[in-house]
Amino acid sequence: MAQGQMAPGIVAGRLSSDELAANFDDLHPAYAPHEAAVAADRCYFCYDAPCQAACPTDIDIPMFIRQIQTGHPEAAARTIFEQNILGGMCARVCPTETLCEEACVREAAEGKPVEIGRLQRYATDTLMRGGVHPFTRAAPTGKTVAVVGAGPAGLSCAHRLAMLGHDVVIHEAREKAGGLNEFGIAAYKATQNFAAAEVDWLLQIGGIVIETSSALGRTITLEGLRDAYDAVFLSIGLAGVNALRAAGEDKDGVIDAVEFIAALRQADDLSALPVGRNVVVIGGGMTAIDAAVQSKLLGAENVTVAYRRSREEMGASRFEQDLAASKGVKLMFNVQPVAVHGNGSAVEIELEYTSSAGGTLKGTGETIRLAADQVFKAIGQSLAGAPEGLALEGRKIRVEGPGRTSVPGVWAGGDCASGGDDLTVTAVAEGRDAAMDIHAQLSA
Amino acid sequence: MADLKTNFLGIESPNPFWLASAPPTDKEYNVRRAFEAGWGGVVWKTLGAEGPPIVNVNGPRYGAIHGADRRLLGLNNIELITDRPLEINLEEIARVKADYPDRAVIVSIMVPCEEAAWKAILPRVAETGADGIELNFGCPHGMSERGMGSAVGQVPEYIEMVTRWCKTHYDKPVIVKLTPNITDIRHPARAAKNGGADAVSLINTISSITSVNLDNFSPEPSIDGKGSHGGYCGPAVKPIAMNMVAEIARDPETRGLPISGIGGVTTWRDAAEFMALGCGTVQVCTAAMTYGFRVVQEMASGLSQWMDEKGYTSVDAFIGRAVPNVTDWQYLNLNYVAKARIDQEACIKCGRCYAACEDTSHQAIWMKEGRVFEVNDAECVACNLCVDVCPVEACITMERLQPGTTDPRTGRVVQEEYASWTTHPNNPMARAAE
Ligand SMILES: Cc1cc2nc3c(=O)[nH]c(=O)nc-3n(C[C@H](O)[C@H](O)[C@H](O)COP(=O)(O)OP(=O)(O)OC[C@H]3O[C@@H](n4cnc5c(N)ncnc54)[C@H](O)[C@@H]3O)c2cc1C
Ligand SMILES: Cc1cc2nc3c(=O)[nH]c(=O)nc-3n(C[C@H](O)[C@H](O)[C@H](O)COP(=O)(O)O)c2cc1C
Ligand code: SF4
Ligand code: SF4
Ligand code: SF4
Repeated sequence: MAQGQMAPGIVAGRLSSDELAANFDDLHPAYAPHEAAVAADRCYFCYDAPCQAACPTDIDIPMFIRQIQTGHPEAAARTIFEQNILGGMCARVCPTETLCEEACVREAAEGKPVEIGRLQRYATDTLMRGGVHPFTRAAPTGKTVAVVGAGPAGLSCAHRLAMLGHDVVIHEAREKAGGLNEFGIAAYKATQNFAAAEVDWLLQIGGIVIETSSALGRTITLEGLRDAYDAVFLSIGLAGVNALRAAGEDKDGVIDAVEFIAALRQADDLSALPVGRNVVVIGGGMTAIDAAVQSKLLGAENVTVAYRRSREEMGASRFEQDLAASKGVKLMFNVQPVAVHGNGSAVEIELEYTSSAGGTLKGTGETIRLAADQVFKAIGQSLAGAPEGLALEGRKIRVEGPGRTSVPGVWAGGDCASGGDDLTVTAVAEGRDAAMDIHAQLSA
Repeated sequence: MADLKTNFLGIESPNPFWLASAPPTDKEYNVRRAFEAGWGGVVWKTLGAEGPPIVNVNGPRYGAIHGADRRLLGLNNIELITDRPLEINLEEIARVKADYPDRAVIVSIMVPCEEAAWKAILPRVAETGADGIELNFGCPHGMSERGMGSAVGQVPEYIEMVTRWCKTHYDKPVIVKLTPNITDIRHPARAAKNGGADAVSLINTISSITSVNLDNFSPEPSIDGKGSHGGYCGPAVKPIAMNMVAEIARDPETRGLPISGIGGVTTWRDAAEFMALGCGTVQVCTAAMTYGFRVVQEMASGLSQWMDEKGYTSVDAFIGRAVPNVTDWQYLNLNYVAKARIDQEACIKCGRCYAACEDTSHQAIWMKEGRVFEVNDAECVACNLCVDVCPVEACITMERLQPGTTDPRTGRVVQEEYASWTTHPNNPMARAAE
């Protein structure tokens, strides 16, 4: 018997397996061929297409949609993969409402863009279902490159370098490749173990070795890598988590949202995963929304996202906010945590209302208490474990042009590098571009 | 609501929308349902001579051309005339006409090109009480190989001869249905008139192959790996049909000959256009076969609304109104100078106008910072291509340069008065015309 939403405390098995399976099903289900045909027919084949300009990986969107239209989804997939080897994952996780689809002229015309993301999924699924890899490796160049971190930036960089004939070793701190594709993305965006399947498919290019449990700063050093390889690409993401700076942060039940999500993503059996009855998520980005929605889907009774600024300033897009609201998550704006109360374990959270006069955020003094047996911190990740000697910009590794760091022979991209949005698709673009620059230098 | 009552050759119908001779009119069941749905008249599916009826193929008989969203733009068929016994058709026609005296019932006929054959069938058709006959000289497949259909329609002398036989042996209106599979539609129309036809109807279907199967290399529709040309109809053929109608309407030899317009009529607007080009009624096949009989209700309400808006109280008020405006190219006013204008508010910035003009035409559209598309009057020849490729209706319009202004493309001042090629200095014949 399921425990139900009302069971007190942090417990597993609030919902039945059937309910959980339904809750964590695909957010945007795959198109059937007829749906794809109808959706593809809506594309105008724009000149210098604005959707393409809005795609961080610069996919030739009008061309791939036309290829779907003419009955060649595999060719469409190839068009996609030429620019974005993780086009399958991006089709599932890109916030298209703020990227390609926002720029689609049919959004301007009718408020209904061509569904580029789902068409991209249709094409890439079709090709990947066949198990074939669309590219072949160039003749080996004899050059070797170390990639640190097997997230989207690292995988994209490694694939492009391998395709060009270089030998790549990816050093990954975790026991499994994929980065946040595997450990971070909401479960209903990448169902059926897609992240791992995609890595296997990508590795078919050949020339890439992944060494897991190989952590920069622990088992390896940048100097060591620079000596052993012709070039180094750093794509270590943001492994640190920002602190809440509220009293009682150390109580049981207060945890990092990314940790919760990682556990959820790795769980074989969601009914074994504990979740609170009253969950409060602190933060306003995609991570906060994902933690909140997935808590709700696991069966929490009350889930609140508490964000310190206004709705307009929230990092999560309007689409994400509406998604959360539709699942029954309550969104609170202009509140900041003051203290977590409870005797050893969290019971309540105290929030203070804020106002932002002239750009600076101030507490108003008025507070409110919410029942909270589980508090998720989602107030941003930060760079951790970056090697010494690399110039930083803000709190990230400074890069110029296609990912060049301040140290010769070392490139960086993805979330750990300066510039760009922290998105899967941006990481893919940066990995690819750094690979092209590395290739140019190695071939010079 | 304007009254749509139509009187064509003395045959009255509550509206000008008739179903063309085709599957929708092949049996009593269909025709009764069509009349219940509101169709003003029908041309019964073509009857053949007494005796064992023709047979149809037993595999697919239609092919199609689709637009976006599988909208049916063109249909092609390899069906023949009715494959049901003559006797049964005649009995059904008589019953339907008796029950629907206010609707037009025309019987389409195709029998061998011998007077005896026509003489035999016509009295039997007359007995049904039908309002008139239509001679099917159009079917481009199957029947033509047997010396009927378009085999007759392509030879003006035969048309004239057969029409005359019909006028001799039948005393109600005779409509001659023309095939478009000829080079100059005026010749068969003149022949029909000379033979005494009361009207012509056009077009029948156009010889066509809609597609080729790239696995087995058979034309579609494929019958056991082989295909045959079929007859093309539907929205795609409307422009061809309207040109042929206009040619007949303005030909001095056939001017005034009543016309029933056929080919791609799908909406009230299509019907109004055919009628403006001189058609007293229109006939519809593909639209009914695509959407069912109910489409006629939109056609009727739409036509009626438009007539109200224009102040026309009867269809006769606008029939033929476009005919005087159909002219030869040489008479078009070369002093009419226009430029494309883009409505920036309506523009969705797709860039199709730019691609079309820049790649294939006159490089007269600028793509400026922020995807702002503007027309360069110094290059624009007013060809209309941008208007035609723009996905937003009325976003790009053609505007006339007022006389007295200078055309930045030619540097010449636009003249007020009409001037055509007939008097143009570049025309070697122009002087002869003086
Ligand atoms: C919860 C959550 C949800 C998200 N949802 C979306 C979404 O829906 N759509 C979207 O576009 N983006 C989303 N993002 C952002 C997206 O996941 C990241 O922008 C993207 O994964 C960045 O890729 P990356 O390769 O730079 O880093 P990561 O994916 O973080 O990969 C870094 C890799 O490096 C490894 N590593 C770290 N340190 C070391 C070290 N010292 N030595 C060796 N290896 C190391 C890590 O284990 C990891 O495998 C989300 C992020 C989070 C946290
Ligand atoms: C399946 C089919 C069968 C047809 N059979 C006949 C016929 O027996 N006699 C005839 O005169 N026209 C026949 N036609 C032609 C139609 O009457 C009409 O002229 C043509 O389809 C163009 O009109 P539309 O564009 O509205 O379909 C047929 C058309 C179709 C599609
Ligand atoms: S990768 Fe993402 S942004 Fe680019 S086209 Fe695909 S869905 Fe859109
Ligand atoms: S902007 Fe929209 S309509 Fe234009 S090419 Fe892109 S997807 Fe197609
Ligand atoms: S084709 Fe029309 S909508 Fe598209 S850019 Fe040109 S004017 Fe604008």
